[in-house]
Amino acid sequence: MSSKDLHTLGLTQLAKGLESGEFTSVELVRALLGRIEAHDTELNAFITVTADAALQAAERADAERRKGETGVLNGLPLVHKDIFCTRGVLTTCGSKMLENFVSPYDATVVERLAGAGAVMLGKTNMDEFAMGSSNETSYFGPVKNPWDLARSPGGSSGGSAASVAARIAPAATGTDTGGSIRQPAALTGTTGLKPTYGRVSRYGMIAFASSLDQAGVITRSAEDAALLLGVMAGFDERDSTSIDHPVPDYVAGLGRSLEGLRVGIVRQHFDAGLDEATGNAVREALAVLESQGASLTEVDLPNLDLSVPTYYVVAPAECSSNLSRFDGVRFGHRAENPEDLLDLYCRSRGEGFGAEVKRRILTGTYVLSAGYYDAYYLKAQQVRQLIADDFRKAFADVDVIAGPTAPAPAFRLGDKTDDPITMYLNDIYTIGANLAGLPGISIPCGFADALPVGLHLVGPHFGEERLLSTAHQYQLLTDWHTRCPEGYA
Amino acid sequence: MSAAWEVVIGLEIHTQLATQSKIFSGASTAYGAEPNTQACLIDLGYPGVLPVLNGEVVRMACKFGLAVNATVAPRSVFARKNYFYPDLPKGYQISQYELPIVEHGELFITDDEGNEKRIGITRAHLEEDAGKSIHEGLDRYSGIDLNRAGTPLLEIVSEPDLRSAKEAVAYMRKIHSIVRYLGISDGNMQEGSFRCDANVSMRPRGDEAFGTRTEIKNLNSFRFVERAINFEVERQIEVLEDGGKVVQETRLYDAGRDETRPMRSKEEANDYRYFPDPDLLPIEISREFVDSVRETLPELPDDKRHRFVDDYGIRHDDAAILTTNRATADYFEEASASADAPAQVVANWVIGDLSGALNKEALEIEASRIPAEALAGLINRIHDNTISGKIAKEVFEAMWAGEGSADAVIEARGLKQITDSSAIEAIVDKVIAANPGQAEEYRAGKEKLIGFFVGQVMKETGGKANPGQVNEILRTRLGKS
Repeated sequence: MSSKDLHTLGLTQLAKGLESGEFTSVELVRALLGRIEAHDTELNAFITVTADAALQAAERADAERRKGETGVLNGLPLVHKDIFCTRGVLTTCGSKMLENFVSPYDATVVERLAGAGAVMLGKTNMDEFAMGSSNETSYFGPVKNPWDLARSPGGSSGGSAASVAARIAPAATGTDTGGSIRQPAALTGTTGLKPTYGRVSRYGMIAFASSLDQAGVITRSAEDAALLLGVMAGFDERDSTSIDHPVPDYVAGLGRSLEGLRVGIVRQHFDAGLDEATGNAVREALAVLESQGASLTEVDLPNLDLSVPTYYVVAPAECSSNLSRFDGVRFGHRAENPEDLLDLYCRSRGEGFGAEVKRRILTGTYVLSAGYYDAYYLKAQQVRQLIADDFRKAFADVDVIAGPTAPAPAFRLGDKTDDPITMYLNDIYTIGANLAGLPGISIPCGFADALPVGLHLVGPHFGEERLLSTAHQYQLLTDWHTRCPEGYA
Repeated sequence: MSAAWEVVIGLEIHTQLATQSKIFSGASTAYGAEPNTQACLIDLGYPGVLPVLNGEVVRMACKFGLAVNATVAPRSVFARKNYFYPDLPKGYQISQYELPIVEHGELFITDDEGNEKRIGITRAHLEEDAGKSIHEGLDRYSGIDLNRAGTPLLEIVSEPDLRSAKEAVAYMRKIHSIVRYLGISDGNMQEGSFRCDANVSMRPRGDEAFGTRTEIKNLNSFRFVERAINFEVERQIEVLEDGGKVVQETRLYDAGRDETRPMRSKEEANDYRYFPDPDLLPIEISREFVDSVRETLPELPDDKRHRFVDDYGIRHDDAAILTTNRATADYFEEASASADAPAQVVANWVIGDLSGALNKEALEIEASRIPAEALAGLINRIHDNTISGKIAKEVFEAMWAGEGSADAVIEARGLKQITDSSAIEAIVDKVIAANPGQAEEYRAGKEKLIGFFVGQVMKETGGKANPGQVNEILRTRLGKS
């Protein structure tokens, strides 16, 4: 294979090529750095490109391979969402607040992937502090969707999704608080996995809403996602909410057939509000599963309509507290010549945060205030419990719940920026999994108006293995996930 | 205090737990390091870092709960207390709010009338300390030292059961004594390891309802607690008797001026927006854990005090003093074990001369220059009449100065008491002969003069004669002629 075609390969194929000596990590990294140079001006998927460090890491990986000491990801390139702390590298979280922040340490996810031999190419653009569904809240400007540069790639992991979709990187990390991995995956025709809450360590991942945030991956296929998850998952003593639960061999589990798979369908997911062509693509995907021996059952999630309002109480509440540390005192943006302490706080935060972040801090501060706590925060936590109970009951009868990832394909940049509520509704199908701490995956399942559509699968706690095998079996039968946006082949 | 008014006091005591590392990070808690050298990324509140609970603090809080007969909660929850301050790195303090680890405790103090009085302990909860802002010596800037940030604290909240500044101090001393007995805090008040906030309000004597309270912050000595409360009582009475209203506010005690001043009023008070910390799991404590901690509890001050009275037959007050801290009690017991004299004599020495010498050099009893057994050796030489009580003071000082054991000092300085009666008789005769006038007056009935003669004899012998013996011989000799 010519080095100019290396970008067309997914992670698993690249691993084989490196293994067989068909090409080296340095050749691969050079090729992809060339892709970044060629395409990132139009896409704006990267905030930082770590070209020199990537080449050095690739050289080390090649040297190790020659010595026969290789980690499972040895020499494989990937990109990190700029929410993960990376030692010695700018870590901005898409915000002016951290425009100058060079992290002194690595996030556990970064450390584990690097430890397995992965090579970081750079840090990807994202909605500011992961608050957004379009990537338009980034201080560094919106990311463009490679399928249509006038459209959003979704968010908040928009840079990660766009770079994978545009064949710049074979894989990317992302984080998902309300759909931030799955929705951009759907809008860019990529595979996006959000694991069970606690499956992957949050240490070093800049917190948005601690009880909802979970790290995951965006890849070209479920197979590639399985490869990465195996490295990222597992207990971390530095994160008290990470769970000490055995990590299965996700790749080995991919062969499980669809025969006998019980698929739950939620009727409300196909109600008004779902774009027709998107609905059709999802229904066809369900038919494919059925044709392979899966059974479809309707399940009831009676409180699901409360998930968006519940989310927009819980997430802002936690974010209002999590973002208090950005005060201009120890790191990050500091206002010039403050008159006094209050002025330092007010201007540093006023200048450092964008509008959406401020909106959520204000909302969160309000719902936690004396006199409002019971009516909002406490009530939301109770509803959250009801939603989790609904899922638990549903999973007594089904193995996965399937439906659309997003209500419509990629929207035009600027279309929803003036209307936060419509923007928030883009996550209507994905938020439930975050509230209940469940794993979810979005895989490409067709097109609507020439734009990719995502099929969303949600599993019970620690059900990643079944989600991945279901997605993989589907991808063996279909080729939606191999489709490449024009101009990026 | 005016008889018409009654003061109601509740204390919030912050005690630093004596762990090696911080409550949510691995950084050291040692006091006195260069600023910001004992603060890791977690203490600094860096983006992405997460707290991990130090299990030792749970064991310590549990110990305290058991010692004050409280309920140790099977499940307690950390909450965030949100406010902005430069020495609070995360913009919130991790504390416990609705579900503290310890609730419904009690202890007993001796009230102003000398009766035993129960003081309720509402709760004790775990939290992290903040850093320190430094203003002195910095021109136009403030410094921040985050070494203290993340140091574990146990905040112990009393019921409003205290009715005088003295009772408040007695309660605070009791808590101080308990945490030191348990070994969960060094109780060092100069270093801020033990400090309190006092809530003070007045009500007409006989009333049930509480008056409006003020909170005096950050009192770090027993003396300041007493003086601050007394000042506040007088101030509030004055306000009330002038027909005014006490404003609910936080006040600061200025020791230099001996007064309290408002810090911030309620209007500016923060809404702390407490909510459960999503980064930490609830603390779950099993019955087995509580039982295992119970087995490690030492004998507590009250039990020890009663035992000292019962077993050693010493005075109640002395037993209370000796049991205030464990090291003093241990010292007393060790000395008593080696002493032939009654335990009360040992108690007198420990409370008297030894405490005096320790205080003079601000030493803890663990650092005493005279070990317990050596003190017993000194007491034994008094008891067996080798030296007099008066000479004993000199021997004590020599021992303190490092001249060796009581026997060594007595030997080296030749302080052995003269008990040879013929030798004493010779001196007595010499003294009587030298003071014929006084001898005459004595014989005429001025018996008080015996003291004069004893003094003269002691002077002659350099204090070495046995005073009882001298007395006896004098009376015989003076009566004879």
